[in-house]
Amino acid sequence: MERSEIFDKIQEILVDALAVDDDEVTNEATLIGDLGAESIDILDITFKLEQEFGFKIAQGELFPEGITQDPDYVQDGKVTSKGIELLKERVPHFNLSDLESDPSVENVAKIFTVDALVTFCDQKLQTA
Amino acid sequence: MRWMWIDRIVELVPKERMVAIKQVSMAEEHLHDHFPSTSNRKAMPMMPMSLIVEGMAQTAGVLVGHAEGFKEKVVLAKVSKAKLDREATPGCTLRYTATIEQFTAAGASTKGIVELIEPSANGQSEPVVIGQIDLLFSHLDQNMGGIEYPEENFVFSESFKTLMETSGIEANF
Repeated sequence: MERSEIFDKIQEILVDALAVDDDEVTNEATLIGDLGAESIDILDITFKLEQEFGFKIAQGELFPEGITQDPDYVQDGKVTSKGIELLKERVPHFNLSDLESDPSVENVAKIFTVDALVTFCDQKLQTA
Repeated sequence: MRWMWIDRIVELVPKERMVAIKQVSMAEEHLHDHFPSTSNRKAMPMMPMSLIVEGMAQTAGVLVGHAEGFKEKVVLAKVSKAKLDREATPGCTLRYTATIEQFTAAGASTKGIVELIEPSANGQSEPVVIGQIDLLFSHLDQNMGGIEYPEENFVFSESFKTLMETSGIEANF
C-alpha cells in the first residue's frame, strides 16, 4: 500500500476518533499536542487501525508506556540516554532527532506525529 | 434509587453478545421532570436519552466484564457514536443488544443497537430499531499512565450481581 493511501485512511480514523477536521490532520501534526488526543484515544485509535489494516498491535507497541514514569529513563525532567535508547528500540517508527537535541520530558509527546503513525502502519504492513 | 438502567439480561453469549431489557415506568421520578407540562404544552414524560446511553453502557459493560470473569475494572471511556431517533415513553420496553467488536488486555470496543417495543393489548408488538450506540471501554488497571487503583472491583457492585442472578446467570464476584 502506498504511503499516501495509508495517510488517507489514518486521516479518516483520526477525524472520527478525535473529532477534528481533516485539514488539521497533517503529516507534522502531533496527536497529543495539536490534535488533542488523550490516553484513551490511543486505545481507540489502536482498535481502529487494527480494524482498518487487519494487523494486531500489542500494548505499548504504538506508543511507549511507562517510560516517563521510570527514574531510570527520566531524571530531572529530562529523558536519559538510556531512555532514548529504549525509545529507539521500542518505537522505531518515531523520529527522535528533536528529542535527542532537547530531551525534556514534555517533548516525548511531540514525537508522536501523524507521520510517525503512517510509518508505523507502513512498517507493520510490510512485515505482515 | 439504585443506578441500574437495565432490568433483566435476556441473552448472553460470552465474549460475543448480550441482550438486556429495560421497562420504562411512570414510577421513575425523573420522568415527571422530563418533561413537565407548561402553560402551552402538556407533560411529555420520556426516558432521557442520556440514560438510554447509560443503559447500553451497562449492557455492554457487563458483557465486557463477564469476558474476563469480572476481574477487570471495566469503565466507560468513550461514547464513539450515539444516535437515537425516537423517544421511549412510559410503558415501552427498551431492548439493548451489545456486541463486542474488539477486545484486548487494555479494553474493548462494542457496537450497540437500541430497539423499542411499544406496549400493546395482546403483547405482540414488534421491536423497532430506534438507534445505535457504539462504546469504548477501558480496563482501568491496564491504564497507560500506570496509575494504581484499589484492589476491590468497585465497578461491578452488588446491584449488578443481583441483576445477573435474577437473570439466571452465575455471578462469581
